[in-house]
Amino acid sequence: MTNISIPEIDIDTNRSHEPEDWRRFFGFSTDHKVIGIQYIVTAFFFFLVGGVFAMIIRGELLTPESDLVDRTVYNAMFTMHGTVMLFLWTFPVLAGLANYLVPLMIGARDMAFPRLNAIAFWMIPIFGIVLIGSFLVPGGPAQSGWWSYPPVSLQNPSGNLINGQFLWLLAIVLSGISSILGAINIVTTIFRMRAPGMTWFRMPVFVWAVLSAQIIQLFGLPALTAGAVLLLCDLVAGTSFYDPAKGGDPVLFQHFFWFYSHPAVYVIILPVFGIFSELFPVYARKPLFGYKVVAVSSLIITGLSAVVWVHHMFASGTPGWMRMLFMFTTMLISVPTGIKVFAWVGTIWGGKLRLDTPMLFAMGGLVMFVFSGITGIMLAAVPVDIHVNNTYFVVGHFHYVIYGATVMGIYAALYHWFPKMTGRMYNEGLGKLHFALTFLGTNLNFFPMHPLGLQGMPRRVASYDPEFAFWNVIASLGGFLLGMSTLPFLVNIVGSWVQGKKVSANPWRAIGLEWLIASPPPHENFEELPIVVAEPYGYGMNEPLVSNADKL
Amino acid sequence: MINTSEIDNSIESAAQNIAHHDESDNRMFGFIIFLLSESVVFLGFFIGYYVYKTNAVDWLPAGVSGLEIREPAINTVILVSSSFVIYIAERCLRQQNLWGFRFFWLLTMLMGSYFLYGQIIEWQGLKFGFTSGLFGGTFYLLTGFHGLHVLTGVLLQSLMLIRSFIPGNYDKGEFGVEATSLFWHFVDVIWIILFLLLYVWQ
Repeated sequence: MTNISIPEIDIDTNRSHEPEDWRRFFGFSTDHKVIGIQYIVTAFFFFLVGGVFAMIIRGELLTPESDLVDRTVYNAMFTMHGTVMLFLWTFPVLAGLANYLVPLMIGARDMAFPRLNAIAFWMIPIFGIVLIGSFLVPGGPAQSGWWSYPPVSLQNPSGNLINGQFLWLLAIVLSGISSILGAINIVTTIFRMRAPGMTWFRMPVFVWAVLSAQIIQLFGLPALTAGAVLLLCDLVAGTSFYDPAKGGDPVLFQHFFWFYSHPAVYVIILPVFGIFSELFPVYARKPLFGYKVVAVSSLIITGLSAVVWVHHMFASGTPGWMRMLFMFTTMLISVPTGIKVFAWVGTIWGGKLRLDTPMLFAMGGLVMFVFSGITGIMLAAVPVDIHVNNTYFVVGHFHYVIYGATVMGIYAALYHWFPKMTGRMYNEGLGKLHFALTFLGTNLNFFPMHPLGLQGMPRRVASYDPEFAFWNVIASLGGFLLGMSTLPFLVNIVGSWVQGKKVSANPWRAIGLEWLIASPPPHENFEELPIVVAEPYGYGMNEPLVSNADKL
Repeated sequence: MINTSEIDNSIESAAQNIAHHDESDNRMFGFIIFLLSESVVFLGFFIGYYVYKTNAVDWLPAGVSGLEIREPAINTVILVSSSFVIYIAERCLRQQNLWGFRFFWLLTMLMGSYFLYGQIIEWQGLKFGFTSGLFGGTFYLLTGFHGLHVLTGVLLQSLMLIRSFIPGNYDKGEFGVEATSLFWHFVDVIWIILFLLLYVWQ
C-alpha cells in the first residue's frame, strides 16, 4: 500500500488517449467524474445482487417453516446480503457521489490523486468478485452474518483453507484498503484543492459531511483491519486469539468490529445528511437554516461516533458502568442529529416547495430517518436493548436507517444530479412512480419488523413460530414490492440517459459551483478556477456566488 | 452589496494558497494521513495485547520463563540510531551532496537489514511458536507485523537509492525520499513502544 508511487500528475497526456464516448466508462480513466459514475453504476449492480439475496430471505420467511432453501443457504443469504449491501453498495455509491461532486463543489479540476482514485475504484469489482466467488468454493459462502463473530466464524466444516469465511475476510481487507485510499484522496482534496475564496464556511454542507465521514474511515477501518487480521490468524494459522478454550477472548473481536462498524453507519448516513442539506434549499427556495451549525454538527457526530460502539454489546457480558457510559454517549448522538433535523424542517418551513422527484425522496427519507431516530433512542436505553437484543426490532431499526433514510437519500441525489451528470432530464412520471413504490415498499417491509421484535422473534432464523406469520407475510410482500420498485428507476435512468430531453446547465435554478458550468461538465471542470465570494445557499438574496461566473 | 476590497483580498490570499498547493505538498499531506491511519492498526494490536496480558491466567506457555532482552536491546539501539543516520542522509540530499546521501542512505539500509536479521535469529532461538497460546500469538504477530513494515521500509529505501542514479532526478528535492524517511521514523517509534510492551514489561 505504501509503495504505490503517485506519478507526476499530467492529466493532459492521459486525456488525449481517452475515448470521449461511453467507452471511457469501461477503461482506466483518471477523471473524477468518470470514476464517480463508474462507482455509482458498479455499486448499483451490487445493490441488485444484494436485493436478490433479500428476496430469497423474504421468500423463505413467507411461511413459518424452513421450506424454500436449505438452512445453510439461508445463513449464507443473510451474511452475503448484509456484506454486499454495506461494502459493495452503500460505501461505493456514496464514494462515487463524493468523487463526482466534491471537486465540482469546491471548485477543483480533479481529485488530489487521480491515479490513486482509479486504483481505489478498480479494487471494488475485484473484491466483489472475490466475495461473490465464495459461492463456488466447497461449503459455500460465509454463514456467520456480516459481523462474523467468533466462535461461529471460526467453524470450518469443509476443512479447506480456501473457504467462504476466508474469502469473506479477504474481501473485507481489500475493501478496507480501497476505502482508506479513497479517504486519503478525498480528505487531501478537501483540505488542499479548494478554489480561491472557498473558505471552510463557504463549503457546501455535502462537502463537510463527506469530510466528516471520511475521517471516520481513517480512524475506524484500521481497527476493523486489526480485528480481521487476528480472526484470519485464528482461522488459517490455528492461533487462539478468539478461542476461549485456549485463553482467547471472543468479546475482543466484538470490540474491534464495532469500533469500526458502528461509526461505519455514520460513514453511510453523513453524506446522506449532506444530500438532504443540499436539496431542501433548492426545492424550498430558501437558504439552509443554520448553515454553520449544520456544517459543524457533522464533525461533532464524527467525534462522538468514536465513543458509542459498546451499545452493540450491552448483552455481551458488559459491566454495568460501561453500559451506563455508552448509553449516555449514544443518546448524546441525538443532539447533533436533532440539530440537523431541526434545521431541515426550518429550511422547508414556509418555503415555496417544488415537489419534484428528488424533493419527494429527500422528504420521504427525512420522515423515515426521524422514525429510525426514535427507535434508535429506544435501543440506546439499556433495559429496552436487553429486551429486544438480537430480535427483529433491531433489524427494523437499522433498515429504516439504511433503506428508509440512506437509500432514499441516494435516490434523491441521483435524480437531482442526473441532469448534471448526463446533460439530460429524467422522466418525472416514472420518477414519481418510483418514489411511491419505494416509500410504500419500505414501510410495508420494515415496519412489521418492529412489532415482530417486540413480540420476541429472533433475527437470522429460517423458521419461526406460526404466531409471527401475520407480520412476516406483510413484510415479505413489502419486500417484493421494494424489489419491483427498482424497475421504474432502471427504465427511467437508462432510457433518459440515452434519449432524455436535453437540459441547460442549471435546470433546478440551484446555487452551487457545479451548476455554473455546462451539463455534463467538461474535462477539468472549470475553464478558469472560480473565485468564490459568498456563502452557499444564497436563495432569495440576489448575491453572486463567484466573481468570475462568465469565465468559468 | 459586496465590498470590492474584500474580494481583492480574498483573491490575493487564494492565489497564494493555490501557488502553494503543488503536487508534492499534496502527496506529503496524503502520506501523513496514511501514516496516522496506519498507526491505528498498531494501536489496535497494542490494546489487544494489553487486554490479553492483564486478563491472562497463564500468560507464559509451559517451559518458557520469559523473553531474553539483551539481543533485542542491541537491535533496538541499531534501529533507533538508523533514524538519525537517515536524517543525515536527507540533509546531505538537501545540500545537493549526492554521494553523502547515498552513503548514509545505504548505511540506514544496512542497519535496517541487520535489524531484520537479528529478528529472524531471535525467532529461531525461541522455544515457542505462533500457536503457543496468546503469549506466542501476540509476540509473533506484533514483531512479525512490525518486521513487515521494516522490510517495506528497506525495499522503499533501495528503490530511492536506485532512483538517485537517474541524473538530475533529485535536484528539486524528492517526495519519495522524504516519505521513505518519515515512514522509517514511524517504524522506529512503533518499535520503541513495542519493545517496552514486549520486553521491558514482563
